[in-house]
Amino acid sequence: MPYPASVPGDVTTTGGFLLVLSVVIPVAGVLLAFVLGGRQAERVVLATMPLGLVIALAILVTLRQAGAPLIYLLGGWAPPLGVALRADGLSAVMMAITAVVIGAVGVFARVDFRTPRGSIEARAPFAFWILLLAIWGALNMVFLGGDLFTLYVALELLTFSAVPLVCLDGRAETLQAALRYLLFALLGAVLYLVGTALLYGSYGTLDIVLLSRRVHAEPATVVAAALMTAGLLAKTALFPLHLWLPPAHAGAPAAASAVLSGLVVKGSFFIVIRLWFDVFADLPSFVLAQLLAALGAAAILFGSVVALRQERLKLLVAYSTLAQIGYLFLMFPLAFDAGSTRLASGGALAGGLLQAISHAAAKAAMFMSAGLIYAALGHDRIVGLGGVGRALPVSVFAFALGGVALVGVPPSGAYLAKELLLQAASATEQWWWAVVIQAGGIFTSSYVLLVLAHALAPADASITLRAPVGRIQEASAAALALCSLLLGLAPWQAYLPAPDGIAPSTPALEALSASLWPLLGGAAVAILLGRKGDRLPRIPLGQVVAATVGPARRAALALSRPIERIDNMLRQWPAAGLSLLALAVLLGAALLAASR
Amino acid sequence: MTVASALEMALAAVVLGVATWTIAARETFAAVVGFVTYGLLLALIWVRLDAVDVALVEAAIGGGLGGVLLLGAAARLRVTETPTATERPSATVRVGAALLSAAVAAALATGVILLPDPAPTLAPAAAANATATGLGNPVTNVLMAFRAMDTMLEKVVLLLALVGVWSLAPDRLWGGHPGPRHRADPLGTLAFLARLLPPVGIVVGIYVFWTGKDHPGGAFQGGTILAAMWLLVMMAGIADAPQVSSRRLRIVLIAGPGIFLAVGLAGFAIGSAFLAYPVAYAKPLILGIEVAMTLTIAATLGLLLAGAPERSAGQ
Repeated sequence: MPYPASVPGDVTTTGGFLLVLSVVIPVAGVLLAFVLGGRQAERVVLATMPLGLVIALAILVTLRQAGAPLIYLLGGWAPPLGVALRADGLSAVMMAITAVVIGAVGVFARVDFRTPRGSIEARAPFAFWILLLAIWGALNMVFLGGDLFTLYVALELLTFSAVPLVCLDGRAETLQAALRYLLFALLGAVLYLVGTALLYGSYGTLDIVLLSRRVHAEPATVVAAALMTAGLLAKTALFPLHLWLPPAHAGAPAAASAVLSGLVVKGSFFIVIRLWFDVFADLPSFVLAQLLAALGAAAILFGSVVALRQERLKLLVAYSTLAQIGYLFLMFPLAFDAGSTRLASGGALAGGLLQAISHAAAKAAMFMSAGLIYAALGHDRIVGLGGVGRALPVSVFAFALGGVALVGVPPSGAYLAKELLLQAASATEQWWWAVVIQAGGIFTSSYVLLVLAHALAPADASITLRAPVGRIQEASAAALALCSLLLGLAPWQAYLPAPDGIAPSTPALEALSASLWPLLGGAAVAILLGRKGDRLPRIPLGQVVAATVGPARRAALALSRPIERIDNMLRQWPAAGLSLLALAVLLGAALLAASR
Repeated sequence: MTVASALEMALAAVVLGVATWTIAARETFAAVVGFVTYGLLLALIWVRLDAVDVALVEAAIGGGLGGVLLLGAAARLRVTETPTATERPSATVRVGAALLSAAVAAALATGVILLPDPAPTLAPAAAANATATGLGNPVTNVLMAFRAMDTMLEKVVLLLALVGVWSLAPDRLWGGHPGPRHRADPLGTLAFLARLLPPVGIVVGIYVFWTGKDHPGGAFQGGTILAAMWLLVMMAGIADAPQVSSRRLRIVLIAGPGIFLAVGLAGFAIGSAFLAYPVAYAKPLILGIEVAMTLTIAATLGLLLAGAPERSAGQ
């Protein structure tokens, strides 16, 4: 049987070497930092960061000039025998935001992960700096890898650099969280790997472009698609496969949480996009896309409601990540093109990716400021946040900016993403997803407002800060949040697919006033579901409203309790393991039924 | 039915039996023994399928090092064995898990059986391009030339796993020796084996690596054998694990991917591309990388099993 011929025109392009450098430089940095250790490790990593940023920018510029994907054939071997790195607009923008977030986290982490005076090398800083750089290299490989097995290696690189970050502080509960994360991520990896083996057996190649031209609906391919997707969803922590996420993201040190929540889950999400928009584009994906978005909608509901019921700020932010991951999956049915019966890269894909990018910056900023608040107060109980707005204005401001950006107030990236997704929903006449998108915005504003209401309320007693807060740390959190808020102004047209352009359709003022509705709705939800201290936050309006909405609040709380209970059950091993298997079977059945 | 196929059927039946027993076994220790046996039998199946390279790795990792790791874990978990036994999931959960696993397995089996026959393969392409490296073993060509990036990054994964294990150390013991200081009866069996086997094992390990250029074998398999010998010596208390702060140790640990990366980058200048070898020097370059990788793999696997630093210097 002949093996597939290579793609004509699949040759290394001008500037292709930049793709190699963007992976090789972090990897070389990891090796060098490992040998040198101690303070040198930190220096190596910090020196790598501007270099990586420059490379990411250079790729953006080269891509725009070339107008076609950048390609590099590793070792000069063309696929199917060799492996190609390819950068399209999606890869380039993901790499750029990764470089920005990693850079900001690096600046932020210098205070927390400094090798103490008098010691040559300390455990936590040594591990942190090496792992941070490794995450960066792994993510770049995920964004560039043109081959499904290379992507597997990249995912493993990502998992093994992310997991130890969770338990860097060495507490027993974080060790447990890290172990959960590791085991579940490995389960996901096994499913993905089995799928790639089936694909190789069917088509004799694992190259994404070659596969996208050959794949057709036959049993082995359908099984592969179901297993790989289920495995990646486990790594992305899409509801109901989220047992590992809340403890891992909430328990990790702030700088690590920022990277884990902002970036790491986007790695496996990106591969889901690659699979369904390229590799499996010819499989019947209508039911599957609806299913993915339904899970996304459930994630929004569960993540948001449970977030509102959290006692601790970091857990609230972690559950918010759960909801935001759900939001990312809403794009799949919206990208379904009824004419060609496949997922088409268009406005919906652009919207989904923009949401991922905005969330990366905003969530990293929110975790960083939550970490600063925790460090300064010595706790992060939400009802005990009174007065922190006055004591740590910049940190709270950064949290607020990140939150507002996430809600989708113009000109944030999330606003643009929401516009694109809503346009796609109305173009494809799927009003129900438009409802979910709006509800998601309302929920997001509810938990952001809840935190701000407590943080801006006056203190019961004057608060004493346990530790001074670093100005540079606050500044890097605020800068990231600001970045997310201004993302809507970036020139996306050159990189993201959108048929009608990406400029917002409504005038600025109208858009601004329209974005007030989710905020008002969010305030209502926060009043109904939010945790309250012994006393209400002393906002006059809040008290008046709360007095009148007592019964409604009781009803809402009664509704929220089963949701909390189900979430708690789903986060046990038996339920999570069964969910993973059931989801794989369900995805396979949906595909099989459709391909008849 | 020929004798060979009857043997194969018997082997398959035994593997399935051992697998079932491993799952059903209540005691962790028993399950581990089952798992190791399963790995070794699986290696035999790979040999029957003419995948000797895979068989070697399965025996070395699945049966050997993986087994040692699991035995260590089982020994540590012994104190919690009885309390956890009471936490059995309910019957519904177990039946559900069995049904779902069976469904996934059935789907997989269907997929595998319905694969095109003969399967599309890149083997002829790999064989046709063997001249570019001058090596006879197509698996080595795939690992070191056609898919060199994957191989290089996998060694970085190993290194990160080691960083992860080390990061579990208590802060005050950072930089110290990994694992407990093993002491064995100097006249006992372990100490005897630890003196008898390594000279042979080291030669075999080097041979397996060396022969990998033309025949089944290679850096990973050779490195695993070397690691096993090192572990034996450490467990018998004849040599101590080095301190994790040792610069020399760290250089060995990054030598494999480091030299791979350096040769890869040199490809920009002297070859045609990153990770491309000039044809005239391909063989010595690849062997040079593999020497470093063998050492790195042996050291990394040995230290992964030794564990996190548990003793400060000199203890």
